Amino acid sequence: MVIQAAELCVGYGGRAVLSGLNFQVGPGEFVGLLGPNGSGKSTLVNTLSGLLPPRGGRLLMGGHALESLSSRRRAQLRAVVLQSSEVRFPFTCLEIVLMGRYPHRKRLESLADDDLLRALKSMRRTTTDHLQQRLITEVSGGERQRVIIARALAQDPRLLLLDEATSCLDVRKKLEIFELLKLLNQTQGLTVLCAMHDLNLAALYCSRLMFLKDGAILRDGPTEEVFTPAVLARVFDTPMEVSRHPAHQRPYAVLLPLPAEIQETEETLEVAHI
Amino acid sequence: MKDSSIFAPDSLDLMAVSRQRRAGRRRYAAALMALGLGLVISLALATGIGRMDIGWKTVNAVILGKLGFSAPVPDHTTQVVIWDIRLSRVALAGLVGASLAAAGVVFQGLLLNPLADPFTLGVSTGAALGVALLVMLGVGGSYLGLSPLPLGALVGALATMVMVVVLSRESGRIRKESLILAGIVVSTFLAALISLIKSLDEESLSAIVFWIMGSFSGRGWIHVGFLVPYAAAGLALAACHHRELDLLALGEEQSEHLGVAVSKVRLRLLLGASLLTAGAVAVSGVIGFVGLVVPHLVRVLAGPSHGRLLVLSALTGALLLIWADVLARILLPGGQELPVGVVTALLGGPFFFYLLKSRRARGMW
Repeated sequence: MVIQAAELCVGYGGRAVLSGLNFQVGPGEFVGLLGPNGSGKSTLVNTLSGLLPPRGGRLLMGGHALESLSSRRRAQLRAVVLQSSEVRFPFTCLEIVLMGRYPHRKRLESLADDDLLRALKSMRRTTTDHLQQRLITEVSGGERQRVIIARALAQDPRLLLLDEATSCLDVRKKLEIFELLKLLNQTQGLTVLCAMHDLNLAALYCSRLMFLKDGAILRDGPTEEVFTPAVLARVFDTPMEVSRHPAHQRPYAVLLPLPAEIQETEETLEVAHI
Repeated sequence: MKDSSIFAPDSLDLMAVSRQRRAGRRRYAAALMALGLGLVISLALATGIGRMDIGWKTVNAVILGKLGFSAPVPDHTTQVVIWDIRLSRVALAGLVGASLAAAGVVFQGLLLNPLADPFTLGVSTGAALGVALLVMLGVGGSYLGLSPLPLGALVGALATMVMVVVLSRESGRIRKESLILAGIVVSTFLAALISLIKSLDEESLSAIVFWIMGSFSGRGWIHVGFLVPYAAAGLALAACHHRELDLLALGEEQSEHLGVAVSKVRLRLLLGASLLTAGAVAVSGVIGFVGLVVPHLVRVLAGPSHGRLLVLSALTGALLLIWADVLARILLPGGQELPVGVVTALLGGPFFFYLLKSRRARGMW
């Protein structure tokens, strides 16, 4: 198992955001983490990445308690891409991607050809070849994000944790990245766990979905089973229609207008104003 | 996108990238050679400049004689002036310059802050307080030719660093923002203590002021010997962690994602930079602007990679302080000396202003 969580409780300081989490993620899974704003997606990703210590329960990564692993060992097992990663020093994009090799290199050991090759390969995969010698401080936000994704791939992880990692990319680039992840997932057994807001993107690529709501996991299962109008409506308090696309046979959701509540609230406000 | 070319490494231009990297290495080697050569020449030139007029040939003869490459020079006075008074002072200036510049590189990388240097964290103020305390207690004199003041500076610097780190620790992690804040708080408090000592004890005023100005006047090999272990330990700590410095420059979150044990590494680097600062302040007093300006200048020319930045900055810092000290010795007529701290501030202030305003330097931050 890549991740095993038992009665896991996560949160900041004195506040528990999620509690009583029990789940496992096996090698080669492609898991989407969905839920409304503030449901704890990012908190969970931060805990799984090892930056935020769990408040209770057990959390194993690759069979070892996450907290007992050294930072270096953790970085050999998992890579993380967040929504945006600011870089303030003018490193070249290639230097940034090479930093992904850090957990695999010994102290004072010079850069091996293999490290360079892996870095170049992941830049090719994210179509950032042409940025190699450009300064990371001078490329666009979308380009920088793809360089950061290339760095995560150069890290050669077993598990890739993404938190809204593609939300700043245009439609085409977003799909390219997810196609790439799917390919790596299928051919090299890369385990992917991504927190995201784009329901249809999740339904298109994730084979399993976890829905967070009210400080707990509301549903967790194969996309086909849990991506239903009933579940979506409960998680997001929004009526949705789910259909199957005739071309790719994957489910997709269509938003429906909200029921009259909001209009009613507006009307009462108007009245109060008068 | 199903195109398999993204998985075919043979189409990657490894050769071109290797070529570029080799070219970069050659440029670095050239810069190293130039700076190294400049340093050797400066060492000889700066030793030849002074009140007693001694020709270059004699200077070379004395140095080569002392090193055992040729027969020793018979004139004892010349030998003492060149070797024991001048060369030791030039060597000390170079060593202090290298230490301060290297400490500046580490502090700036750690704090992601262009204005960070040994002074921002209160380390230098702590050292100065250590000295002021000793002067007030009346143990500022000379024992066996070595004053206890350097030890006071060292204890003060390290104690301050410990205090700042303890203040900025939050549930086991050192937070970058609170580190700067703690530095300012501690440094302000310590400066007030120094002022208190100054006003309580008028007699010690001039000794403390002299120390805070920074100077190499009257220093010798014994001070070089005192500084060497601290400079060596500090530089070694920094050099061993140059890759971590690169990653830390991306911020805490990204460095932890990439496998740096942030708190542990940051503590080691702070210790290294404190050793460098404490050693330098202990033998020469407080000399500003070297730790601030040199890393800036080198970063503009050589890029942000900390391995090269450290080495090139140390060499540049050594060169800068050697010549600043020469100016301090010869600027005033009649054999009077300026404190070298005044010279670096007069040179460094306007230069730093220029750096801040120039477009290229701004792009760096």
